Amino acid sequence: MIAASPEVAGTQGHTARPLLEVEGLTLQYKTKEHLVTATYRVDFQVYSSDRFVLLGPSGCGKSTLLKGVAGFMPPTEGKIQLNGKPVTRPGPDRMMVFQEFDQLLPWKTVRQNVLFPMLTSGRFQGAEAEEKARLYIDKVNLTQFADIYPHMLSGGMKQRVAIARAMAMEPDILLMDEPFASLDALTRQKMQEELLQLWDDIRFTVLFVTHSIEEAIIVGNRILVLSPHPGQVRAELNAHEYGHTNLGGENFVRLQQRIHNMLFAERVEEEQVMKHE
Amino acid sequence: MGAIERPLSAWERLTSVTAVRRIFVLVLLVVAWQAYSVPLNNPLMFPTFTASAVAFWDALINGSLLLKAWVSISVLLMGYAAGVAIAALLTTLAVSTRFGNDLLATLTAMFNPLPAIALLPLALLWFGLGNGSLIFVLIHAVLWPLSLNTHSGFMAVPDTLRMAGRNYGLSGLRYVFKILMPAAFPSILSGLKIAWAFAWRTLIAAELVFGVSSGSGGLGWFIYENKNELEIAYVFAGLGTVIIIGLLVENVVFRTIEEKTVRKWGMQS
Repeated sequence: MIAASPEVAGTQGHTARPLLEVEGLTLQYKTKEHLVTATYRVDFQVYSSDRFVLLGPSGCGKSTLLKGVAGFMPPTEGKIQLNGKPVTRPGPDRMMVFQEFDQLLPWKTVRQNVLFPMLTSGRFQGAEAEEKARLYIDKVNLTQFADIYPHMLSGGMKQRVAIARAMAMEPDILLMDEPFASLDALTRQKMQEELLQLWDDIRFTVLFVTHSIEEAIIVGNRILVLSPHPGQVRAELNAHEYGHTNLGGENFVRLQQRIHNMLFAERVEEEQVMKHE
Repeated sequence: MGAIERPLSAWERLTSVTAVRRIFVLVLLVVAWQAYSVPLNNPLMFPTFTASAVAFWDALINGSLLLKAWVSISVLLMGYAAGVAIAALLTTLAVSTRFGNDLLATLTAMFNPLPAIALLPLALLWFGLGNGSLIFVLIHAVLWPLSLNTHSGFMAVPDTLRMAGRNYGLSGLRYVFKILMPAAFPSILSGLKIAWAFAWRTLIAAELVFGVSSGSGGLGWFIYENKNELEIAYVFAGLGTVIIIGLLVENVVFRTIEEKTVRKWGMQS
């Protein structure tokens, strides 16, 4: 992959088949009084080892989109395919990490929490599962807390357990729904760095939802920008060269500004487009 | 300001123990009882604490108090177990089907406010004098409060935890047993406690009403019998036993379960 300019969607570099294919996806859900269209005809492809970010303001349906991929919501229109097979229900090949701290099972220790999905889904058993639990708990630096119950852990530690639990399953794709949004700013930055280190180490595939432009640029190598009501694709961008190291650098800020304009200053941008014409 | 850290005095440490303060209250009550009843000198209406204590000891060693207590407890355990089993069935049905949900909601709304003891005449008509009737009213006493608590516990399980469970491919009974049950355990446990208290009261009251079956009655019968013979100190001894057993179950059995589960997990609400 070359695409040094943060300009256009970078799928041209790929020749392999995408891992996750979302095509013309419309998702609707019912509240007591309304039928809400959360996303409208969204297309994107995630390739193996992508850090693919869904970015948008609240109400753009990005979390709903992630739930759709997870199999919690059937598509109204369009399709979701993982490895060429349509997604019909939740499954352990797509592990979710949620924003909320109560995603951990409070009646199980850190180690038991990490073991639980491996054992109940039957993906790994016995000594192999134990070994994977040990390995991934170590990767998120929680070895000395392995036998502690979740209520004794800080928010950041709970999220690390959730990440270890999801990664230990070695899913085809990791689905993260604003996993760092409830953390304080310092912890959030640390967690972003750790996630990138883990990616350098394991090269997993992740679909990451956030409403923070900065986080999207740091975490993602590709960013899908969504506009709200209903969620529609505004642009797909490359951001693979940005991380914490060039935070505040010229290009970083330019990209940040550009996304900001896309999301919040629609009119300004439209005027500029008219001037160019 | 004084020292940054100083050891507490023996008195401060002693009074910080809840049990010590509770025992102090008990001693006060006993002293008040004795101070009122000795000058009153009316063993028929209000026997002294010492007379009641002697009667309790006598009934325990020479009399049938232990046997009667055991009769009551064994009937209670049967009714309790049956009630818990039916409640488990009903609530599982209620979380897995919409009809089950409506059924449970309607039934608990109807029967929870109905005191179990009010069903005793009907139970006697249907099941006759004997344990059958007692177990019927006990089931009624246990079933509704327990189902209500368990069901609201299930409803209160956070969405995130539910989604996490389904994410691992759990469904049906496995989902109920591995996610819902443990997640709702604090509510289930408090339901079990309330159900126990209801059942214990109902049983003693029922024994008072129709007393003896097949030769040996329970604690309620012990109280009723001694009242008829005007052995009022023994009536007090019987009441004391009802209270002691209630306290033991609450503070030993349920407290231990709490320590080993919800407190350890930080789920105590």
